[in-house]
Amino acid sequence: MRELEYPFDGNYIIKKKKSLRRQLLSEEGVRFTPLRIAILGGETTNDIKNVMELFLLNNKIQPEFYESEYNRYYEDAMFPNEELESFKPELIFFCTCNRNIAEFPEITDSNELVESKLQSTYERFQAMWDHVSTTYNCPIIQNNFDPPMFRLMGNRDSWDIHGRTNFINRLNQLFAEYAAAHENFYIHDINYEASVIGLSNWSDSSYWHMYKYGVSVPAIPFFSFNVSNIVKSIIGKNKKVLMLDMDNTLWGGVIGDDGADNIEIGQETAMSQVYSEFQSYVKSLKSLGVLLTVNSKNDHDTAVKGLERPDSILHPDDFVSMKINWDPKSRNLVDTAAELNLLPESFVFADDNPAEREIIRQEVPGASVPEIGNSPEHYIEILDRSGFFETTNLSADDLKRNEMYQANAARSAAKASFQDYDDYLKSLQMNGEIQGFVPAYMARIAQLTNKSNQFNLTTKRYTQSEIEAVSADPSYIDIYGKLTDKFGDNGVVSVVIGNVRNNECHIDLWIMSCRVLKRQMENAMMDALVHECKARGLQKIVGYYYPTAKNNMVREFFADRGFNKISEDTDGNTVWEFDLTADYTLQNTVISVNKTEDC
Amino acid sequence: MTKEEVFSRLTEVFRDVFDDESIEISESTTSADIPDWDSFEHINLILAVETEFGVKIPMGKAVTLKNVGELAETIISML
Repeated sequence: MRELEYPFDGNYIIKKKKSLRRQLLSEEGVRFTPLRIAILGGETTNDIKNVMELFLLNNKIQPEFYESEYNRYYEDAMFPNEELESFKPELIFFCTCNRNIAEFPEITDSNELVESKLQSTYERFQAMWDHVSTTYNCPIIQNNFDPPMFRLMGNRDSWDIHGRTNFINRLNQLFAEYAAAHENFYIHDINYEASVIGLSNWSDSSYWHMYKYGVSVPAIPFFSFNVSNIVKSIIGKNKKVLMLDMDNTLWGGVIGDDGADNIEIGQETAMSQVYSEFQSYVKSLKSLGVLLTVNSKNDHDTAVKGLERPDSILHPDDFVSMKINWDPKSRNLVDTAAELNLLPESFVFADDNPAEREIIRQEVPGASVPEIGNSPEHYIEILDRSGFFETTNLSADDLKRNEMYQANAARSAAKASFQDYDDYLKSLQMNGEIQGFVPAYMARIAQLTNKSNQFNLTTKRYTQSEIEAVSADPSYIDIYGKLTDKFGDNGVVSVVIGNVRNNECHIDLWIMSCRVLKRQMENAMMDALVHECKARGLQKIVGYYYPTAKNNMVREFFADRGFNKISEDTDGNTVWEFDLTADYTLQNTVISVNKTEDC
Repeated sequence: MTKEEVFSRLTEVFRDVFDDESIEISESTTSADIPDWDSFEHINLILAVETEFGVKIPMGKAVTLKNVGELAETIISML
């Protein structure tokens, strides 16, 4: 039901919950999975329960609820309780909030007293979970704690052990450790939820004082939606497949019109970075065991080239199925489901085109069609918060495939400090791609000439067609440099253009992006330039520096590269020469250049 | 906004919240007149009214309203 899909209108759901419930229950031909859920609350849970019911019904789960009296969660759990025993819960949800913390630290408490308050608060919960899991032997969902409403010491509250923020964060860590050590125990992360919707929206003390709701009523749909996602994941009703459109979903532009060289992907423009981030997110879903498929209206051979670009994060072999043709997308989805031996309702269909989304909604009931809109910067947020792939159980096989662990290992290595700066640079495992201009980067190169102000010797600006003309003209030496390190791809970061005349190379342009300063990238560019000049049998390189208000940082750039100053005028314009007839020692010692390797 | 307009929109809100198209309200209507109007539904009703009229009814008011007439007056005073 559209009204219950993220992003939803929470106030509308609250207002219409009775009629929404009626509609969900009157749908014909739906077979619900019954589920007995005990909600043991430290706060009022009436509407939390009612709205959970809507989201669960929407996932074809029909809950029956046991609800503890207000703030009787501990007593209900710990002591013999005939009503709960005869209810035979199949799932227990402890709905508590920071109002249930009996003893926060006082400023005057000794360290020992704070520690003992922490332990006693935690152990009360731990005893309850242990007892319940042996008594009822069913999955347990436990809220962690939301951030406190106020911070007595301000920011210090976060690190001082007397601070409520610190106390809550440490409790949450203890809860997390229990979850990591116990199967069938799941944390409902209200701490994150509160941060997503903002603490002021999350917690309105009037709802506590009037009705004993720890979460404000307008936030309840978001809250209940998230618990319901955990429930449906435990019940095994997660989605299994992410089916993706290509043009303007996986990359910017229409590959059939623009060509693989001109679609937006990689690190060269803001939009291409957005699409790359989305591709990274999709690739991470794959490592969780989500199956990826393509459903695109395109010429097959043309469209696949988009995934074969070296800077594409997703590659053809990441997908278990690719339907790239001119058939209706609804037919493609049904065919893919049949091939994979899955039901269409296991599919999530992501497409920027509202008309295609509507066709799937009409023709393939059960498939999820998130309203991802047409702004790629929101794709991740909407897919992620929809909870399609909420992960409650992660098998050893899933973990083995999980590439995120490799990235984490790389980051912790970088945390180590280095005595020697070169050692540090080497640890970055930098790879340079340094060569003559290629079509895929013309737009980025032109953009870089117009954006670079600080590391720019001549501040000459170029349009894309001028860049293309330089590239086609053999009297120019044109070199771009792209830098990758173990943390990712920095994209094209440096450009040199030299005009060849009289056996000399005159430097028209030398620029570099400041994001790679002090990485020896400028040395690597120098090496490439010298190599090319020597290959052409040139005698010298002539460099020019034209001072501006912003480029003082490169005033001595040519001197540092081994050039000799020939002249300087009254405006500070300088001319430099580099002798190509002498032996040349490579200046770059840390970046490996033009070596292809898997990354 | 006239009182009639406020009442007409309030009627729709009541019908949505209590899922009953036959509900008619007047100035003297109280929670005793609508079977489902308990303290839980009162919260939802207030939230729905706030959303409908774009106002925020202060906590002190929300818990002391005597009847629908007072609710309408409170809304009008805040518009």
